[in-house]
Parts: sequence; C-alpha cells; structure tokens
Amino acid sequence: MKGWNEFEIGSVLFPLNEDGMKAQEKMPQERSYTENSSRSASVAHWRVQKPVHNVEHCINCFFCWVYCPDASILAKDEKMSGVDYVHCKGCGVCVSVCPTNPKSLLMFDEVEEEKDALKKWPQKETK
Amino acid sequence: MASKYELSKIEVWDGNMAASHALRQAQIDVVAAYPITPSTPIVQNYGKFLSDGYIDGEFVMVESEHAAMSACVGAAAAGGRVATATSSQGFALMIEVMYQASGMRVPIVLNLVNRALAAPLNVNGDHSDMYLSRDCGWINLCTYNPQEAYDFNLMAFRISEDMRVRIPTIVNQDGFICSHTAQNVQPLSDDEAYAFVGEYKTKNALLDFSKPATYGAQTEEDWHFEHKAQLHHDLMNSVGVIEEVFEEFAKLTGRKYSLVESYDMSDAEVAIVALGTTVESARVAAKSAREKGIRAGVVSIRSLRPFPYKQVAEALQNCKAVAMLDRSLPAGAMGMLFNEVGVALLQNAQNKAILSNYIYGLGGRDMTQEALLNIYHELNENAKAGKLTHETQQFVGLRGKKMAFN
Repeated sequence: MKGWNEFEIGSVLFPLNEDGMKAQEKMPQERSYTENSSRSASVAHWRVQKPVHNVEHCINCFFCWVYCPDASILAKDEKMSGVDYVHCKGCGVCVSVCPTNPKSLLMFDEVEEEKDALKKWPQKETK
Repeated sequence: MASKYELSKIEVWDGNMAASHALRQAQIDVVAAYPITPSTPIVQNYGKFLSDGYIDGEFVMVESEHAAMSACVGAAAAGGRVATATSSQGFALMIEVMYQASGMRVPIVLNLVNRALAAPLNVNGDHSDMYLSRDCGWINLCTYNPQEAYDFNLMAFRISEDMRVRIPTIVNQDGFICSHTAQNVQPLSDDEAYAFVGEYKTKNALLDFSKPATYGAQTEEDWHFEHKAQLHHDLMNSVGVIEEVFEEFAKLTGRKYSLVESYDMSDAEVAIVALGTTVESARVAAKSAREKGIRAGVVSIRSLRPFPYKQVAEALQNCKAVAMLDRSLPAGAMGMLFNEVGVALLQNAQNKAILSNYIYGLGGRDMTQEALLNIYHELNENAKAGKLTHETQQFVGLRGKKMAFN
C-alpha cells in the first residue's frame, strides 16, 4: 500500500499510460489506461438492480444511449448491443426513456441471470 | 504585448493600489474577482490597468466570490498564473473553494483585505476573516503597511509557485487602515519586478493534452488522510522556501523580512505580540513605554501559516511578561494568538513568561496609543509581581462594564 509521501500532490490522477496526443488518434478501447482511469475502475458494486436489454423489442432509437449518465449503453455497427456492467450504476434512466411497448430495457435483480430475465419479459400492453 | 507602466522611485499608494501594481507587474494570466469593500480598489485598479493596455491577461467578472475562487481554481489547474482579492463576507463565501484550491495544490495568490464578519454588518477592519482562513491549507502571510502589501504580493507568487511548495497563498492587509491609507511606497520597475517573480512554470496543467490529468478525485477513509497529511507536510516545509524568497527579496530591495519580526526585543522584559497595522502602533507605544522605564518590545508574525512555532518562542524567550493581542472575537475561547504563541513558548522557552490575552479593535474600533501603553503598564506590573495581576483575557476599548475571563 502506498504512503502519503508516494502520491502526486493535489491528489491529481493520470488516466493514460501513454502520450495523450497519440492516444487521441486511437479508438478508446485501444488506448492504454492506468488503474486510475475510471475506464478501468469498476463501479458494479454500487448497483442493486441492473437493466437487461431485450433485442427482440429494441428499435435502436438510442434514447437510452443519449440519456445514460455514465455512457454505459453499448452500441456496435449502429445497433444497441447491451449494457456495460462495469460502469452501469443501475440508475434506471435507460428503462424510463425506452419508448417501445413492451420496453426493450427493464430492471431486474442484480443476481438474476440474463436468460431467466428474458423469459420473464412482459407482453405488449394494450392502451 | 502589455505596455510598461512608468513608476517613480517613490509612489504615494494605499495598500490596495500597492497590491494592484504588484499584481499587474506579475503578468497574471487570469484574475477572477467579485469586488467587496475594502478590497474593491484592488480589482478596480487592476481592471483599469487592463483597459489601459498595461495587462495582457484575462479579467473574469463572476457572479459571486464562490464563483470567483472557483474560476481561479479552474484557471490555475488549466495551467495559468492566477490571483484575486476579497474581504470578509466575500471570503466567507469563498471558504468552500479555498479548501479545494489547497487540496488540489494550485498556486493562487489571494489578497485578503481584512474586515469584520457580520452580524452586525460592518465594513471596517478586524482580523475575523484572517482567522477564518487559518485551517484552509493556504500559506498565510501578514503585512502591516502598503509597502509590505506590495512586497508580499510579489513574494507570494514566488513562494506559492515554487515547485517545492505549490500551495496557494493569502496576503493579508488591514482593511482601511492599510488598504485606504496612502503612504510612500518604493516599487520595483516593471522589468525588475517581473524578473523577480519569474515566468510561470506549469505543473500537471489540464491544458497539457500530452499528459491528461484528473483534478478533484474523491477519496474516502481509504486515502483522504494521506492526501491531507501530505498538504500539511508540504505547508510545514514551505518555511524554507519562504525564508529563501525573503533573502532574495532583501538582496534586490534592501527590505529584509523574517518569519517573526522583533522590534526592540534584545533587552525587552515585556512584549506585545500582534498582527496587522497594530504592530506599527505597538512599536510607537513600546518607544513611549521605554521612556517611562519599561523595557518594552514588539513581536509580530509574517507567516500565520506555516506558523513559526520555534521562531516565535525564540523571539520571546527572555521576556517576563507577554501579551497576545487578538483582533477577532474568540467566541468562547482564548484568542488564537494567545493559544498558539502561548503553547509555542510553553514548549520551547526556558523561562516561564506570564501570558495575557487582549481582545481589541473589532469592527474597526481604534486601538489607541493610550490603550497600548496601558497594556505595557499591565505587563510591567505582571513582570514585577511574577504573576498575573488581572484576568488572563481582557477586552480593550469595549463600552460598558469591564469584560474579562479566566
């Protein structure tokens, strides 16, 4: 464990292991991050409930992606591709902004398996 | 390129104007301020210098003192030389951000023109705001007249920005008595002053994109203690740099400052310990007391933080009676100078001097020569008796029934 005399002054942290200018030219996942970057630090333990994504109902509107306060909605090839459970804090904003019927994101207990959650998905609601 | 200001060898400046010129000469990148009496003219003059082309930096007008200090922290973290000024309520509003600045170790210079804190509302000078700043992790320098307000501003940048220090620094001067009283001030030329202050050196600048940095991280019981202890360690050790800068400034100007200033102390039996403009008044009173056969001296402190624990005891070690004068309501305790200087003496001095505490001058109430002479007389009586001849804490110049404690 570090002592008081081993820290950078001002509790300043450095997120990158490489030159920042060079890192900018790379995709985020290809950059070399230090352990002090929030990219490497998991906050999964903050979560009590987790959002589960159901690809069956998703229309790829990206509302969840826009509203997520922690950039934890994953997207690939212009399609919603799940949730980053390392950074998601389980706030549920993605679920509340999801416009589909039934919703394509729902909150489940943290310990619920994804396949079991998908089995419990509700039917379309009649208005 | 900023125009140079032609200055006379001797200028007639009040403490505010002296501070404004020192700030101008330091070629600051960002001043963010929200003017408040009695410090208003510092930023007012600074704004005029800027409009007249004597300053290249940015002047940011903000919506409060909290915002002023916040903008200063941001600009300093970004990698610029930064300063501001405030007083009293404005300082109280800055307090939250003062701790951010010292915790993030950004070298900001703050001119604190000392004024009372409400209620009741009062714009005049006492040391309530200076005392409020004691624990906020800044270096805290004390001046007694406009010349010193000028000198200490230049030195503050050097001390604060030194790579061995990197701690924000307050320069105190008394509201009105110093800030609005014009006296002769011998300034340096713009070139000399800037050569002394030097180019700003950045450390972990946010605008250095090759080395991205995170300021304002959160630590809980795991690491908070270590970071705060590190600040205390570096504050305590800044003494060495402060003395170096005093030395270098003396070589340049002939004006030699010390962490603890002693006046007529070589054979003094009784001494007053004070801060601010009262130091000079006490020196005048000490002279009169000597004419009456009292071996009187004055000890004063230049750096309230880091507190010159050993030095202040050394200055007072041969005294028989010592009075600590506090210009701030202790609000349920003995005065700060009494507590801090008293313990320094108890731990470091061979002789056991008789200690007393005077509370005076709140809200700008005058400290008269008569009152100071009376303190010397009481000290003399204590010295002769070898014990206190009155209560330890007394209130000076207070209307109504005499107030004293302990």
